[in-house]
Amino acid sequence: MSTATHKLLKGSTGDWEMVIGMEIHAQVTSNAKLFSGASTAFGGEPNSHVSLVDAAMPGMLPVINEECVRQAVRTGLGLNAKINLRSVFDRKNYFYPDLPQGYQISQYKSPIVGEGEVIIDLDGGKTATIGIERLHLEQDPGKMLHDRSPSLSYIDFNRCGVALMEIVSKPDIRDAEQAKAYVTKLRSIMRYLGTCDGDMEKGSLRADVNVSVRRPGGPLGTRCEIKNMNSIAFIGQAIEYEARRQIEILEDGGQIEQETRRFDPNKGETRSMRSKEEAHDYRYFPDPDLLPLEFGQEFVDALKAKLPELPDQKKARFVADFGLSAYDASVLVAERESALFYETVLDKLASRARDGKMAANWVINELFGRLNKEGRDIMASPVNAGQLAAIIDLIGEGTISGKIAKDLFEIVWQEGGDPRALVESRGMKQVTDLSAIEKVVDDIIAANPDKAAQVKDKPQSLGWFVGQVMKASGGKANPQSVNELLKSKLGV
Amino acid sequence: MTDLTSLTLAEARKGLSAKTFTSLELTDAHLSAIEAARVLNAFVMETPDQARDMAKAADQKIAKGEGGLLAGIPLGIKDLFATKGVRTTACSKILGNFVPTYESTVTSQLWRDGAVMLGKLNNDEFAMGSANETSCFGPVGNPWRREGSNTTLVPGGSSGGSASAVAALLCMGATATDTGGSIRQPAAFTATVGIKPTYGRCSRWGIVAFASSLDQAGPIARSVRDAAMLLRSMAGHDPKDTTSVDIPVPDYEAAIGKSVKGMKIGIPKEYRLDGMPAEIEKLWEAGAAWLKAAGAELIEVSLPHTKYALPAYYIVAPAEASSNLARYDGVRYGLREQGKNIIELYENTRAEGFGAEVRRRVMIGTYVLSAGYYDAYYLRAQKVRTLIKKDFEDCFARGVDAILTPATPSAAFGIGEKGGADPVEMYLNDIFTVTVNMAGLPGIAVPAGKDAQGLPLGLQLIGRPFDEETLFSLGEVIEQAAGRFTPARWW
Repeated sequence: MSTATHKLLKGSTGDWEMVIGMEIHAQVTSNAKLFSGASTAFGGEPNSHVSLVDAAMPGMLPVINEECVRQAVRTGLGLNAKINLRSVFDRKNYFYPDLPQGYQISQYKSPIVGEGEVIIDLDGGKTATIGIERLHLEQDPGKMLHDRSPSLSYIDFNRCGVALMEIVSKPDIRDAEQAKAYVTKLRSIMRYLGTCDGDMEKGSLRADVNVSVRRPGGPLGTRCEIKNMNSIAFIGQAIEYEARRQIEILEDGGQIEQETRRFDPNKGETRSMRSKEEAHDYRYFPDPDLLPLEFGQEFVDALKAKLPELPDQKKARFVADFGLSAYDASVLVAERESALFYETVLDKLASRARDGKMAANWVINELFGRLNKEGRDIMASPVNAGQLAAIIDLIGEGTISGKIAKDLFEIVWQEGGDPRALVESRGMKQVTDLSAIEKVVDDIIAANPDKAAQVKDKPQSLGWFVGQVMKASGGKANPQSVNELLKSKLGV
Repeated sequence: MTDLTSLTLAEARKGLSAKTFTSLELTDAHLSAIEAARVLNAFVMETPDQARDMAKAADQKIAKGEGGLLAGIPLGIKDLFATKGVRTTACSKILGNFVPTYESTVTSQLWRDGAVMLGKLNNDEFAMGSANETSCFGPVGNPWRREGSNTTLVPGGSSGGSASAVAALLCMGATATDTGGSIRQPAAFTATVGIKPTYGRCSRWGIVAFASSLDQAGPIARSVRDAAMLLRSMAGHDPKDTTSVDIPVPDYEAAIGKSVKGMKIGIPKEYRLDGMPAEIEKLWEAGAAWLKAAGAELIEVSLPHTKYALPAYYIVAPAEASSNLARYDGVRYGLREQGKNIIELYENTRAEGFGAEVRRRVMIGTYVLSAGYYDAYYLRAQKVRTLIKKDFEDCFARGVDAILTPATPSAAFGIGEKGGADPVEMYLNDIFTVTVNMAGLPGIAVPAGKDAQGLPLGLQLIGRPFDEETLFSLGEVIEQAAGRFTPARWW
């Protein structure tokens, strides 16, 4: 592992460095909302999951959903962060139709999770550490629907009151690749923990990105915030565009206005939403309807004891136990489902010590390659972990060659079935019987006297003979035996 | 049957269980009284059909011997309490004809125990006021008048409708709420008994919020015993209100008549105000003498931060109110005044829907919470609050069982007489009561005498947290000594 260097942007007056901080809004996986018992299910009829509390009816009061608290603590532990045993819910006051209370219940001065850090995985197995400033719990607002009527706006409050974790990074991110890797890693950690499904299309994970530029190592510049990004690719594009925009202004002698911007994916550019002067005064104050949130260290310890193995730990274990490269290990652990698939293959192998690394190659190259080609998800793989393990066992024990294994993989992919039985029924077994191979070798040498004569001068042409023998045997000959036999016959 | 209205709740309960009369008869008597007293404007919504249905149901239960604690007792409900299927407005235009689909926890407990709802009672808009003059339904008349005068006086506020209705014998008891004195001050102005229990004793769920950290429900009743019976039903832990406290509710009635011998009663020197009417001073002394005669020990105590309580209260309460009232935006329910865009819709709705006092407090609250002012106002007020609380804690730590003070700095005044030019003049009404809300303590107002013009005056007893029982015991001593007061009927 080595620490990555980041990308600098070239301007007409020299190099510029980006300074990026992110606020991730992650919807908490829970059955009920943060302060009401209403369902959090996605995709219901508009306003079908709205309680009296969510609609802010007169006299309604919030009651904390303990599962959301547990999820926030689990996430904090996954970010190696300080868990605050006492935190406070505050009201963030502003008027908007999708906010029925006229305030969002959030955590301002005393968040539930404090400082932590995340190790991000970059190209070539490199890593970088990004600091976490805090994580706090807050309510999601509802959703405005502007397309139902030419003159009216409608509001769907189904999402209103669903718990969000706002995860604030330190301004440690230095380029778009790191930003993308950071979101990818956070998403992966939360999916391992089961605290956020990470579904960006459904809005379960959204990012506000703060971007500024400076001379490398110089004083910080003025930042702009790009709001509500819901695609990792767009985050990258928006950062690149925004940094270029700021550099252009600065190099023309201008100044950056601190403002909130929006990314337009169609045009690939960011546009101003509102300036600092138009910024809200949220009049934060502790919510008098809710007591401070307090729990003991034993509550945290109990959750910690039941945490699943997280991607970084898994990656380290794969490298240590099976000799995988850091890169391969990080590919396998990036998605919880992929890691689970690989581990299921390992469980089913006859010898994971012998074939663990080969299994990783097969999962990454053959399986992922094929899945990607067909745009399929690992969960919908036609070849299951048991079948793949059987194929790898057959290679490992020398029953079939790697080449035959690829054919076998194809058959299983297309037709299904038990790989071991298929090898038997289709006669795909590797031939290790020397007498059977010897005949083929003799025939080929006899048919190619010129080439046989040349071999002594050009030992590398031995490969041609190997190829011919393998072809003639239908790939079933053991390549090593073929090689040895040819060498002795040709006197190499 | 009008004499049925003159019974106390305790007497009525005896009559009902002895089947001397039915709940329907008792209810009808009160419905007639309400009809005859409309000039008082105490009720903003009468629910006679519902009342008779509930009374009949109570009679059936009583016949079967299954009547609850308050079976068949007709009550009035402050319009701040959400009542399922019955218009609930907090006496604000902004709620329009809002009809809740839910019942507040406190009222649902009263119905659980068999009580009968006569209707909804007038109050200051969103409970903001001390004279019941800010209601969108107009002011409430006090059944008491100065001797030889036809001037209609205020019943106090914000629970003016509750106090007026109980004093005028329109209902056997009423629910009320108290954020800075809204139960105790009107009780004192109308010679009724009002108790604000400890913060957390009653659930706030389903009560239109004014200032969440100060609001507390309680009863206004005809006697100390009646108040004890009502509070027992109203109080209790509610998982839907996380600020309600999970401790058992005692049988408050059992505290009535309990000896107060040896109890230490604190007399706080800071409550002796300059320019306080001599009558109030005299009443306070009388109260102390009665308690002493009953065997209590009187000691002077100091609550040094008292003078900061009112200013701090008028920062904390409006701050919370400005946020609590943000939900009345014309978007989902209640009044909506259209505008060219959403901002105009908000502005038009809230300008039209809120009265002057509510607008004033929303503006004060918004100001004290805004960036740059938060530390100077809200944060400092919360620190003052901690000091006020500590004053009381120190006092109780010295073995004091309860503190005796006047309930109000004056008797009832005329409608429109106060606060017209300067709202602070009106705010000063709460000077003896706000400290109790700021400290979250229980406080009871008990009628103790009359001023020279024949208007009732009350005394306040402040207790330890969750020790309402001591207040009932002591309150009854005062009640026994002072007697009960009923206004001469003029309406």
